[in-house]
Amino acid sequence: MAKYSIFNIIKNAFNEDKNWARAWRDPEPKKSYDVIIIGAGGHGLASAFYLAKNHGIRNIAVLEKGYLGGGNTGRNTTIVRSNYMLDENAHFYEKSLQLWEQLSSELNYNVMFSQRGVLNLAHTDSQIDAITRRGNTMRLNGIDAELLDEKQIRKLMPYLDFSNDVRFPIKGGLLQRRGGTARHDAVAWGLARAADSLGVDIIQNCEVIGFEETGNKITVVKTSRGNFNCGKVGFAVAGNTGHLASLINLKLPIESHVLQAFVSEPLKPMIDHVVTFGAGHFYISQSDKGGLVFGGDIDMYNSYAQKGNLPLIEEVVTAGLAMIPSLSRLRITRHWGGVMDMSMDGSPIIGKSPIDNLYLNCGWCYGGFKATPGSGWVFAHTIANDEPHRLNKGLNLERFKKGRMVDERGAGPFPNRH
Amino acid sequence: MLIINCPLCGPRDHAEFTYVGDATKNRPENGDSSNDHAWYDFVYLRDNPKGLHEELWQHSFGCRCFVKVLRNTLTHEIIATGMPKDNLILKEKGLELSV
Repeated sequence: MAKYSIFNIIKNAFNEDKNWARAWRDPEPKKSYDVIIIGAGGHGLASAFYLAKNHGIRNIAVLEKGYLGGGNTGRNTTIVRSNYMLDENAHFYEKSLQLWEQLSSELNYNVMFSQRGVLNLAHTDSQIDAITRRGNTMRLNGIDAELLDEKQIRKLMPYLDFSNDVRFPIKGGLLQRRGGTARHDAVAWGLARAADSLGVDIIQNCEVIGFEETGNKITVVKTSRGNFNCGKVGFAVAGNTGHLASLINLKLPIESHVLQAFVSEPLKPMIDHVVTFGAGHFYISQSDKGGLVFGGDIDMYNSYAQKGNLPLIEEVVTAGLAMIPSLSRLRITRHWGGVMDMSMDGSPIIGKSPIDNLYLNCGWCYGGFKATPGSGWVFAHTIANDEPHRLNKGLNLERFKKGRMVDERGAGPFPNRH
Repeated sequence: MLIINCPLCGPRDHAEFTYVGDATKNRPENGDSSNDHAWYDFVYLRDNPKGLHEELWQHSFGCRCFVKVLRNTLTHEIIATGMPKDNLILKEKGLELSV
Protein backbone atom coordinates (compact mmCIF):
# COMPACT_ATOMS: atom_id res chain seq x y z
CA MET A 1 0.00 0.00 0.00
CA ALA A 2 1.42 3.37 -0.99
CA LYS A 3 1.51 5.83 1.87
CA TYR A 4 -0.52 8.96 1.20
CA SER A 5 1.56 12.13 1.52
CA ILE A 6 1.93 15.56 0.03
CA PHE A 7 4.79 14.28 -2.21
CA ASN A 8 2.55 11.51 -3.46
CA ILE A 9 -0.16 13.99 -4.35
CA ILE A 10 2.26 16.23 -6.24
CA LYS A 11 3.84 13.28 -8.05
CA ASN A 12 0.48 11.91 -9.15
CA ALA A 13 -0.77 15.30 -10.19
CA PHE A 14 1.83 15.26 -13.00
CA ASN A 15 0.18 12.09 -14.38
CA GLU A 16 -3.32 13.55 -14.16
CA ASP A 17 -3.94 11.28 -11.16
CA LYS A 18 -4.12 8.20 -13.39
CA ASN A 19 -1.62 6.07 -11.47
CA TRP A 20 -3.14 5.79 -8.02
CA ALA A 21 -3.24 2.20 -6.80
CA ARG A 22 -6.58 0.93 -5.54
CA ALA A 23 -7.05 1.52 -1.82
CA TRP A 24 -7.91 -2.06 -0.86
CA ARG A 25 -7.95 -5.46 -2.57
CA ASP A 26 -10.99 -7.42 -3.71
CA PRO A 27 -9.69 -10.86 -2.68
CA GLU A 28 -11.10 -14.27 -3.50
CA PRO A 29 -12.27 -15.71 -0.18
CA LYS A 30 -10.12 -18.42 1.46
CA LYS A 31 -11.61 -21.67 2.81
CA SER A 32 -10.89 -20.92 6.44
CA TYR A 33 -10.33 -17.94 8.72
CA ASP A 34 -9.20 -17.56 12.34
CA VAL A 35 -11.72 -14.76 12.86
CA ILE A 36 -14.74 -13.88 10.74
CA ILE A 37 -16.32 -10.50 11.38
CA ILE A 38 -19.76 -10.12 9.87
CA GLY A 39 -20.52 -6.58 8.69
CA ALA A 40 -18.02 -4.29 6.93
CA GLY A 41 -19.25 -1.04 8.39
CA GLY A 42 -17.18 1.17 10.66
CA HIS A 43 -17.39 -1.17 13.65
CA GLY A 44 -16.56 -4.37 11.73
CA LEU A 45 -13.64 -2.79 9.90
CA ALA A 46 -12.30 -1.12 13.06
CA SER A 47 -12.50 -4.47 14.88
CA ALA A 48 -10.56 -6.20 12.10
CA PHE A 49 -8.02 -3.37 12.01
CA TYR A 50 -7.32 -3.47 15.76
CA LEU A 51 -7.29 -7.30 15.77
CA ALA A 52 -4.53 -7.18 13.18
CA LYS A 53 -2.69 -4.19 14.64
CA ASN A 54 -2.95 -4.71 18.41
CA HIS A 55 -3.33 -8.46 18.66
CA GLY A 56 -1.34 -9.80 15.71
CA ILE A 57 -4.20 -11.86 14.26
CA ARG A 58 -3.93 -11.59 10.48
CA ASN A 59 -6.10 -14.39 9.07
CA ILE A 60 -9.32 -12.37 9.27
CA ALA A 61 -12.27 -11.98 6.93
CA VAL A 62 -14.81 -9.17 7.10
CA LEU A 63 -18.00 -10.25 5.32
CA GLU A 64 -20.35 -7.65 3.89
CA LYS A 65 -23.70 -8.39 2.25
CA GLY A 66 -23.65 -5.18 0.19
CA TYR A 67 -20.77 -2.74 -0.23
CA LEU A 68 -18.57 -1.61 2.62
CA GLY A 69 -19.85 1.36 4.58
CA GLY A 70 -23.23 1.10 2.82
CA GLY A 71 -25.24 0.53 5.98
CA ASN A 72 -25.46 2.83 8.97
CA THR A 73 -21.86 4.03 8.52
CA GLY A 74 -23.08 5.88 5.44
CA ARG A 75 -26.46 6.82 6.94
CA ASN A 76 -25.79 8.78 10.12
CA THR A 77 -25.41 12.42 11.12
CA THR A 78 -21.64 11.99 11.80
CA ILE A 79 -21.69 13.32 15.36
CA VAL A 80 -18.83 12.36 17.70
CA ARG A 81 -18.99 13.09 21.44
CA SER A 82 -18.42 11.48 24.83
CA ASN A 83 -20.79 13.46 27.07
CA TYR A 84 -22.17 10.49 29.01
CA MET A 85 -22.84 10.28 32.72
CA LEU A 86 -22.88 6.60 33.67
CA ASP A 87 -19.48 4.98 34.26
CA GLU A 88 -20.00 2.08 31.85
CA ASN A 89 -20.64 4.48 28.98
CA ALA A 90 -18.47 7.45 30.00
CA HIS A 91 -15.08 5.72 30.02
CA PHE A 92 -15.82 3.70 26.90
CA TYR A 93 -16.95 6.69 24.81
CA GLU A 94 -14.08 8.81 26.15
CA LYS A 95 -11.59 6.17 24.94
CA SER A 96 -13.36 6.25 21.60
CA LEU A 97 -13.07 10.05 21.44
CA GLN A 98 -9.35 9.82 22.23
CA LEU A 99 -8.94 7.33 19.39
CA TRP A 100 -10.81 9.70 17.06
CA GLU A 101 -8.30 12.43 17.91
CA GLN A 102 -5.47 10.41 16.37
CA LEU A 103 -7.40 8.34 13.85
CA SER A 104 -6.39 10.25 10.72
CA SER A 105 -2.67 9.84 11.38
CA GLU A 106 -3.10 6.27 12.59
CA LEU A 107 -4.86 5.30 9.36
CA ASN A 108 -2.84 7.60 7.07
CA TYR A 109 -6.25 8.70 5.81
CA ASN A 110 -8.00 11.99 6.48
CA VAL A 111 -11.26 11.20 8.26
CA MET A 112 -11.88 14.96 8.52
CA PHE A 113 -12.47 14.80 12.27
CA SER A 114 -13.53 18.29 13.26
CA GLN A 115 -13.71 19.10 16.98
CA ARG A 116 -16.18 21.92 16.58
CA GLY A 117 -17.95 21.34 19.90
CA VAL A 118 -21.26 19.70 20.79
CA LEU A 119 -23.82 21.78 22.73
CA ASN A 120 -26.88 20.31 24.47
CA LEU A 121 -29.46 23.03 25.13
CA ALA A 122 -31.50 23.21 28.34
CA HIS A 123 -34.87 24.97 28.53
CA THR A 124 -36.09 24.63 32.11
CA ASP A 125 -34.59 24.94 35.58
CA SER A 126 -34.77 21.19 36.05
CA GLN A 127 -32.93 20.63 32.77
CA ILE A 128 -30.23 23.03 33.96
CA ASP A 129 -29.94 20.92 37.12
CA ALA A 130 -29.70 17.76 35.01
CA ILE A 131 -26.98 19.05 32.67
CA THR A 132 -25.07 20.53 35.61
CA ARG A 133 -25.06 17.13 37.26
CA ARG A 134 -24.03 15.42 34.03
CA GLY A 135 -21.32 18.01 33.37
CA ASN A 136 -19.93 17.66 36.89
CA THR A 137 -19.91 13.87 36.58
CA MET A 138 -18.10 14.13 33.26
CA ARG A 139 -15.44 16.43 34.73
CA LEU A 140 -14.93 14.07 37.66
CA ASN A 141 -14.39 11.35 35.07
CA GLY A 142 -11.75 13.50 33.35
CA ILE A 143 -13.97 14.40 30.36
CA ASP A 144 -14.27 18.03 29.27
CA ALA A 145 -17.58 19.77 29.88
CA GLU A 146 -18.57 23.42 30.17
CA LEU A 147 -21.82 24.84 31.46
CA LEU A 148 -22.87 27.87 29.41
CA ASP A 149 -25.53 30.42 30.30
CA GLU A 150 -27.85 32.05 27.81
CA LYS A 151 -25.51 35.02 27.20
CA GLN A 152 -22.55 32.82 26.34
CA ILE A 153 -24.67 30.73 23.98
CA ARG A 154 -26.04 33.86 22.30
CA LYS A 155 -22.49 34.85 21.45
CA LEU A 156 -21.62 31.44 19.96
CA MET A 157 -24.91 30.74 18.21
CA PRO A 158 -26.81 33.92 17.37
CA TYR A 159 -29.17 32.06 15.03
CA LEU A 160 -30.98 30.23 17.86
CA ASP A 161 -34.38 31.50 19.04
CA PHE A 162 -33.63 33.42 22.25
CA SER A 163 -37.02 35.09 22.66
CA ASN A 164 -38.62 34.71 26.06
CA ASP A 165 -42.22 34.26 24.98
CA VAL A 166 -41.62 30.88 23.32
CA ARG A 167 -42.71 27.56 24.77
CA PHE A 168 -39.12 26.42 25.36
CA PRO A 169 -36.85 29.41 26.05
CA ILE A 170 -33.12 28.73 26.09
CA LYS A 171 -31.79 28.85 29.66
CA GLY A 172 -28.35 27.38 29.17
CA GLY A 173 -26.44 24.47 27.73
CA LEU A 174 -23.72 21.91 28.24
CA LEU A 175 -20.82 22.21 25.81
CA GLN A 176 -18.24 19.54 25.08
CA ARG A 177 -15.62 21.34 23.02
CA ARG A 178 -13.75 18.17 22.04
CA GLY A 179 -16.86 16.72 20.42
CA GLY A 180 -17.66 17.34 16.79
CA THR A 181 -18.15 15.57 13.50
CA ALA A 182 -16.17 13.35 11.11
CA ARG A 183 -16.58 12.42 7.46
CA HIS A 184 -18.47 9.13 7.69
CA ASP A 185 -17.48 7.59 4.34
CA ALA A 186 -13.83 8.45 4.91
CA VAL A 187 -13.97 6.55 8.19
CA ALA A 188 -15.13 3.38 6.42
CA TRP A 189 -12.66 3.82 3.56
CA GLY A 190 -9.70 4.67 5.80
CA LEU A 191 -10.34 1.71 8.09
CA ALA A 192 -10.83 -0.61 5.10
CA ARG A 193 -7.55 0.51 3.54
CA ALA A 194 -5.63 0.18 6.80
CA ALA A 195 -7.11 -3.22 7.67
CA ASP A 196 -6.52 -4.51 4.15
CA SER A 197 -2.88 -3.46 4.24
CA LEU A 198 -2.46 -5.62 7.35
CA GLY A 199 -3.75 -8.64 5.43
CA VAL A 200 -7.45 -8.57 6.35
CA ASP A 201 -9.72 -9.93 3.57
CA ILE A 202 -12.73 -7.66 3.01
CA ILE A 203 -15.30 -9.69 1.12
CA GLN A 204 -18.20 -7.69 -0.28
CA ASN A 205 -21.47 -8.90 -1.83
CA CYS A 206 -21.26 -11.82 0.56
CA GLU A 207 -24.41 -12.33 2.61
CA VAL A 208 -24.43 -14.71 5.58
CA ILE A 209 -27.28 -17.20 5.16
CA GLY A 210 -26.64 -19.64 8.00
CA PHE A 211 -24.28 -21.27 10.45
CA GLU A 212 -23.17 -24.81 11.21
CA GLU A 213 -22.70 -25.60 14.88
CA THR A 214 -20.85 -28.38 16.68
CA GLY A 215 -21.51 -28.51 20.39
CA ASN A 216 -21.77 -24.93 21.54
CA LYS A 217 -19.50 -23.57 18.81
CA ILE A 218 -19.98 -22.16 15.34
CA THR A 219 -17.72 -24.13 12.97
CA VAL A 220 -18.91 -22.98 9.55
CA VAL A 221 -20.31 -19.68 8.32
CA LYS A 222 -22.50 -20.23 5.25
CA THR A 223 -22.68 -17.34 2.84
CA SER A 224 -23.89 -16.49 -0.64
CA ARG A 225 -20.24 -16.85 -1.76
CA GLY A 226 -19.58 -20.27 -0.23
CA ASN A 227 -18.95 -21.75 3.20
CA PHE A 228 -16.05 -20.70 5.43
CA ASN A 229 -14.57 -22.57 8.37
CA CYS A 230 -14.03 -20.25 11.28
CA GLY A 231 -12.21 -20.04 14.59
CA LYS A 232 -14.17 -17.17 16.07
CA VAL A 233 -17.12 -15.14 14.81
CA GLY A 234 -18.02 -11.53 15.58
CA PHE A 235 -21.32 -9.84 14.75
CA ALA A 236 -21.07 -6.15 13.84
CA VAL A 237 -24.24 -5.77 11.80
CA ALA A 238 -26.18 -3.08 13.70
CA GLY A 239 -29.84 -3.18 12.67
CA ASN A 240 -29.57 -6.67 11.22
CA THR A 241 -28.38 -8.22 14.49
CA GLY A 242 -31.84 -9.61 15.27
CA HIS A 243 -32.09 -11.31 11.89
CA LEU A 244 -28.58 -12.78 12.08
CA ALA A 245 -29.14 -13.99 15.65
CA SER A 246 -32.36 -15.73 14.56
CA LEU A 247 -30.23 -17.88 12.20
CA ILE A 248 -28.65 -19.49 15.28
CA ASN A 249 -31.79 -19.32 17.44
CA LEU A 250 -30.41 -16.62 19.67
CA LYS A 251 -32.85 -14.12 21.19
CA LEU A 252 -31.49 -10.73 22.14
CA PRO A 253 -32.79 -7.71 24.07
CA ILE A 254 -32.88 -5.71 20.84
CA GLU A 255 -35.48 -4.33 18.45
CA SER A 256 -34.76 -2.90 15.00
CA HIS A 257 -36.20 0.55 14.29
CA VAL A 258 -35.80 2.96 11.42
CA LEU A 259 -34.16 6.36 11.99
CA GLN A 260 -34.36 9.10 9.37
CA ALA A 261 -31.83 11.84 8.74
CA PHE A 262 -31.84 14.87 6.46
CA VAL A 263 -29.61 17.22 4.49
CA SER A 264 -30.68 20.67 3.35
CA GLU A 265 -29.51 22.60 0.33
CA PRO A 266 -25.98 24.00 0.80
CA LEU A 267 -25.58 27.33 2.61
CA LYS A 268 -22.71 29.63 3.47
CA PRO A 269 -21.22 28.85 6.90
CA MET A 270 -23.96 29.35 9.48
CA ILE A 271 -23.82 26.65 12.14
CA ASP A 272 -20.30 26.26 13.52
CA HIS A 273 -21.06 23.57 16.12
CA VAL A 274 -23.25 20.57 16.70
CA VAL A 275 -26.38 21.76 18.55
CA THR A 276 -29.08 19.63 20.12
CA PHE A 277 -32.54 20.76 21.20
CA GLY A 278 -33.43 19.91 24.79
CA ALA A 279 -37.22 20.05 24.55
CA GLY A 280 -37.70 17.72 21.60
CA HIS A 281 -35.35 15.37 19.83
CA PHE A 282 -33.38 17.35 17.26
CA TYR A 283 -29.66 17.64 16.44
CA ILE A 284 -28.02 19.66 13.71
CA SER A 285 -24.64 20.50 12.26
CA GLN A 286 -23.33 21.88 8.98
CA SER A 287 -21.29 19.75 6.63
CA ASP A 288 -18.16 20.97 4.86
CA LYS A 289 -20.21 21.14 1.66
CA GLY A 290 -22.59 23.57 3.36
CA GLY A 291 -25.65 21.38 3.76
CA LEU A 292 -27.31 21.33 7.17
CA VAL A 293 -27.30 17.75 8.45
CA PHE A 294 -30.01 17.00 10.99
CA GLY A 295 -32.10 14.29 12.54
CA GLY A 296 -34.54 13.51 15.31
CA ASP A 297 -36.45 10.55 16.68
CA ILE A 298 -36.82 7.07 15.28
CA ASP A 299 -40.14 6.23 13.60
CA MET A 300 -41.14 4.33 16.78
CA TYR A 301 -42.27 1.02 15.26
CA ASN A 302 -40.18 -2.09 14.46
CA SER A 303 -38.68 -1.87 11.00
CA TYR A 304 -35.99 -3.37 8.81
CA ALA A 305 -36.87 -1.05 5.92
CA GLN A 306 -34.26 1.59 5.17
CA LYS A 307 -37.04 4.12 4.61
CA GLY A 308 -39.19 6.17 6.91
CA ASN A 309 -42.51 7.94 7.12
CA LEU A 310 -43.71 11.50 6.53
CA PRO A 311 -45.36 12.27 9.92
CA LEU A 312 -41.99 11.84 11.62
CA ILE A 313 -40.35 14.24 9.18
CA GLU A 314 -42.92 16.85 10.17
CA GLU A 315 -42.17 16.23 13.84
CA VAL A 316 -38.41 16.57 13.35
CA VAL A 317 -38.76 19.76 11.36
CA THR A 318 -41.17 21.23 13.93
CA ALA A 319 -38.54 20.75 16.65
CA GLY A 320 -35.91 22.25 14.34
CA LEU A 321 -38.00 25.35 13.65
CA ALA A 322 -38.64 25.87 17.35
CA MET A 323 -34.89 25.97 17.86
CA ILE A 324 -33.79 27.80 14.70
CA PRO A 325 -36.75 29.67 13.11
CA SER A 326 -34.66 30.73 10.09
CA LEU A 327 -34.68 27.12 8.84
CA SER A 328 -38.26 27.66 7.66
CA ARG A 329 -37.24 28.85 4.21
CA LEU A 330 -34.72 26.05 3.62
CA ARG A 331 -35.35 23.16 1.29
CA ILE A 332 -34.46 19.59 2.20
CA THR A 333 -32.53 18.04 -0.65
CA ARG A 334 -31.96 14.52 0.63
CA HIS A 335 -33.28 12.29 3.33
CA TRP A 336 -32.67 8.64 4.16
CA GLY A 337 -33.37 5.93 6.72
CA GLY A 338 -31.10 3.54 8.55
CA VAL A 339 -32.00 0.52 10.67
CA MET A 340 -31.04 1.00 14.32
CA ASP A 341 -30.38 -1.84 16.74
CA MET A 342 -32.29 -0.36 19.69
CA SER A 343 -31.31 -2.10 22.93
CA MET A 344 -33.61 -2.36 25.93
CA ASP A 345 -31.66 0.12 28.06
CA GLY A 346 -30.30 2.41 25.37
CA SER A 347 -26.69 1.29 25.86
CA PRO A 348 -24.68 -1.02 23.59
CA ILE A 349 -24.00 -4.70 24.06
CA ILE A 350 -20.40 -5.53 23.31
CA GLY A 351 -18.90 -8.74 24.56
CA LYS A 352 -19.35 -12.48 24.76
CA SER A 353 -22.50 -14.38 23.80
CA PRO A 354 -24.06 -17.64 25.06
CA ILE A 355 -22.23 -19.39 22.17
CA ASP A 356 -18.57 -20.15 22.95
CA ASN A 357 -16.89 -18.59 19.92
CA LEU A 358 -19.46 -15.93 19.04
CA TYR A 359 -18.97 -12.29 20.09
CA LEU A 360 -21.62 -9.60 19.93
CA ASN A 361 -21.21 -5.96 18.98
CA CYS A 362 -24.73 -4.53 18.84
CA GLY A 363 -27.41 -2.44 20.51
CA TRP A 364 -25.92 0.89 19.42
CA CYS A 365 -29.25 2.68 19.20
CA TYR A 366 -28.72 6.16 17.72
CA GLY A 367 -25.09 6.39 18.75
CA GLY A 368 -22.98 3.89 16.86
CA PHE A 369 -20.95 6.26 14.71
CA LYS A 370 -19.10 8.05 17.52
CA ALA A 371 -18.20 4.68 19.01
CA THR A 372 -16.54 3.36 15.83
CA PRO A 373 -12.86 3.28 16.87
CA GLY A 374 -13.57 2.55 20.54
CA SER A 375 -15.93 -0.26 19.62
CA GLY A 376 -13.30 -1.80 17.33
CA TRP A 377 -10.66 -1.41 20.04
CA VAL A 378 -12.56 -3.22 22.80
CA PHE A 379 -14.22 -5.74 20.47
CA ALA A 380 -10.82 -6.78 19.09
CA HIS A 381 -9.59 -7.20 22.66
CA THR A 382 -12.65 -9.26 23.59
CA ILE A 383 -12.27 -11.56 20.57
CA ALA A 384 -8.50 -11.99 20.88
CA ASN A 385 -8.51 -12.72 24.63
CA ASP A 386 -11.95 -14.33 24.93
CA GLU A 387 -12.50 -11.82 27.70
CA PRO A 388 -13.88 -8.28 27.73
CA HIS A 389 -11.64 -5.24 28.00
CA ARG A 390 -12.16 -3.27 31.25
CA LEU A 391 -13.92 -0.60 29.17
CA ASN A 392 -16.68 -2.91 27.87
CA LYS A 393 -16.98 -5.14 30.94
CA GLY A 394 -20.16 -3.37 32.04
CA LEU A 395 -21.69 -3.42 28.55
CA ASN A 396 -22.26 -7.19 28.55
CA LEU A 397 -25.36 -9.18 27.66
CA GLU A 398 -25.80 -10.63 31.18
CA ARG A 399 -26.71 -7.23 32.61
CA PHE A 400 -30.26 -7.68 31.30
CA LYS A 401 -30.67 -11.00 33.09
CA LYS A 402 -29.55 -9.44 36.32
CA GLY A 403 -31.58 -6.27 35.87
CA ARG A 404 -28.41 -4.14 36.01
CA MET A 405 -29.42 -1.65 33.33
CA VAL A 406 -27.10 1.00 31.92
CA ASP A 407 -30.03 3.32 31.29
CA GLU A 408 -28.67 6.80 30.60
CA ARG A 409 -32.15 8.29 30.10
CA GLY A 410 -33.95 6.31 32.78
CA ALA A 411 -36.62 5.37 30.26
CA GLY A 412 -37.06 1.71 31.20
CA PRO A 413 -37.08 -1.39 28.99
CA PHE A 414 -38.75 0.26 25.99
CA PRO A 415 -36.35 0.32 23.04
CA ASN A 416 -38.18 3.06 21.14
CA ARG A 417 -37.86 5.52 24.05
CA HIS A 418 -34.08 5.61 24.23
CA MET B 1 -47.92 6.80 6.04
CA LEU B 2 -49.42 3.62 7.46
CA ILE B 3 -53.18 3.19 7.38
CA ILE B 4 -54.27 1.01 10.30
CA ASN B 5 -57.71 -0.54 10.09
CA CYS B 6 -59.03 -0.14 13.64
CA PRO B 7 -61.67 -2.82 14.26
CA LEU B 8 -63.88 -0.21 15.97
CA CYS B 9 -63.20 2.99 14.01
CA GLY B 10 -62.22 1.79 10.55
CA PRO B 11 -59.11 2.77 8.55
CA ARG B 12 -57.15 5.57 10.25
CA ASP B 13 -53.82 7.34 9.82
CA HIS B 14 -51.10 5.82 12.01
CA ALA B 15 -50.37 9.23 13.54
CA GLU B 16 -53.56 8.64 15.61
CA PHE B 17 -51.98 5.57 17.19
CA THR B 18 -49.28 4.96 19.80
CA TYR B 19 -46.98 2.04 19.14
CA VAL B 20 -46.97 -0.43 22.03
CA GLY B 21 -44.76 -3.21 20.69
CA ASP B 22 -44.43 -6.96 20.22
CA ALA B 23 -47.84 -8.63 20.79
CA THR B 24 -46.45 -12.13 21.28
CA LYS B 25 -45.06 -11.46 24.76
CA ASN B 26 -47.09 -12.89 27.65
CA ARG B 27 -46.67 -11.62 31.18
CA PRO B 28 -45.77 -14.38 33.66
CA GLU B 29 -48.39 -15.12 36.33
CA ASN B 30 -48.72 -12.37 38.91
CA GLY B 31 -46.46 -12.91 41.87
CA ASP B 32 -44.50 -15.69 40.19
CA SER B 33 -41.00 -14.63 41.12
CA SER B 34 -39.64 -18.18 41.04
CA ASN B 35 -39.10 -18.18 37.31
CA ASP B 36 -36.51 -15.49 36.61
CA HIS B 37 -36.04 -16.59 33.04
CA ALA B 38 -39.73 -16.11 32.21
CA TRP B 39 -39.51 -12.50 33.44
CA TYR B 40 -36.23 -11.91 31.60
CA ASP B 41 -37.87 -13.24 28.44
CA PHE B 42 -41.01 -11.12 28.92
CA VAL B 43 -39.30 -7.85 29.80
CA TYR B 44 -36.21 -7.92 27.57
CA LEU B 45 -35.99 -10.61 24.89
CA ARG B 46 -37.56 -10.02 21.49
CA ASP B 47 -37.81 -12.13 18.33
CA ASN B 48 -37.33 -8.92 16.32
CA PRO B 49 -38.29 -10.64 13.05
CA LYS B 50 -37.34 -9.41 9.60
CA GLY B 51 -40.74 -10.00 8.01
CA LEU B 52 -44.10 -10.69 9.68
CA HIS B 53 -44.46 -9.06 13.09
CA GLU B 54 -47.50 -9.25 15.39
CA GLU B 55 -47.67 -6.00 17.31
CA LEU B 56 -49.98 -3.85 19.42
CA TRP B 57 -50.91 -0.25 18.73
CA GLN B 58 -53.15 1.89 20.92
CA HIS B 59 -55.67 4.10 19.15
CA SER B 60 -54.79 7.03 21.43
CA PHE B 61 -56.54 9.73 19.39
CA GLY B 62 -59.57 7.58 18.60
CA CYS B 63 -61.36 4.89 20.58
CA ARG B 64 -58.30 4.33 22.84
CA CYS B 65 -58.57 0.57 22.26
CA PHE B 66 -55.55 -1.63 21.78
CA VAL B 67 -55.39 -2.97 18.23
CA LYS B 68 -53.40 -5.99 17.11
CA VAL B 69 -51.62 -5.51 13.79
CA LEU B 70 -49.85 -8.06 11.60
CA ARG B 71 -47.26 -6.08 9.68
CA ASN B 72 -44.25 -6.80 7.51
CA THR B 73 -41.23 -5.07 9.06
CA LEU B 74 -39.35 -5.16 5.76
CA THR B 75 -41.99 -3.46 3.59
CA HIS B 76 -44.26 -1.86 6.26
CA GLU B 77 -47.24 -3.56 4.57
CA ILE B 78 -50.10 -4.17 7.01
CA ILE B 79 -51.54 -7.62 6.36
CA ALA B 80 -54.29 -7.82 8.97
CA THR B 81 -55.65 -6.05 12.05
CA GLY B 82 -57.90 -7.22 14.86
CA MET B 83 -58.62 -7.11 18.57
CA PRO B 84 -55.76 -8.08 20.94
CA LYS B 85 -57.24 -11.55 21.53
CA ASP B 86 -57.43 -12.36 17.79
CA ASN B 87 -54.89 -14.72 16.30
CA LEU B 88 -53.99 -12.93 13.08
CA ILE B 89 -51.33 -15.40 12.00
CA LEU B 90 -53.92 -18.21 11.93
CA LYS B 91 -56.32 -16.00 10.01
CA GLU B 92 -53.69 -15.40 7.38
CA LYS B 93 -52.54 -19.02 7.29
CA GLY B 94 -50.74 -20.04 4.16
CA LEU B 95 -48.99 -16.72 3.99
CA GLU B 96 -45.24 -17.20 3.89
CA LEU B 97 -42.87 -14.34 3.64
CA SER B 98 -39.72 -14.72 1.60
CA VAL B 99 -36.93 -12.47 2.74
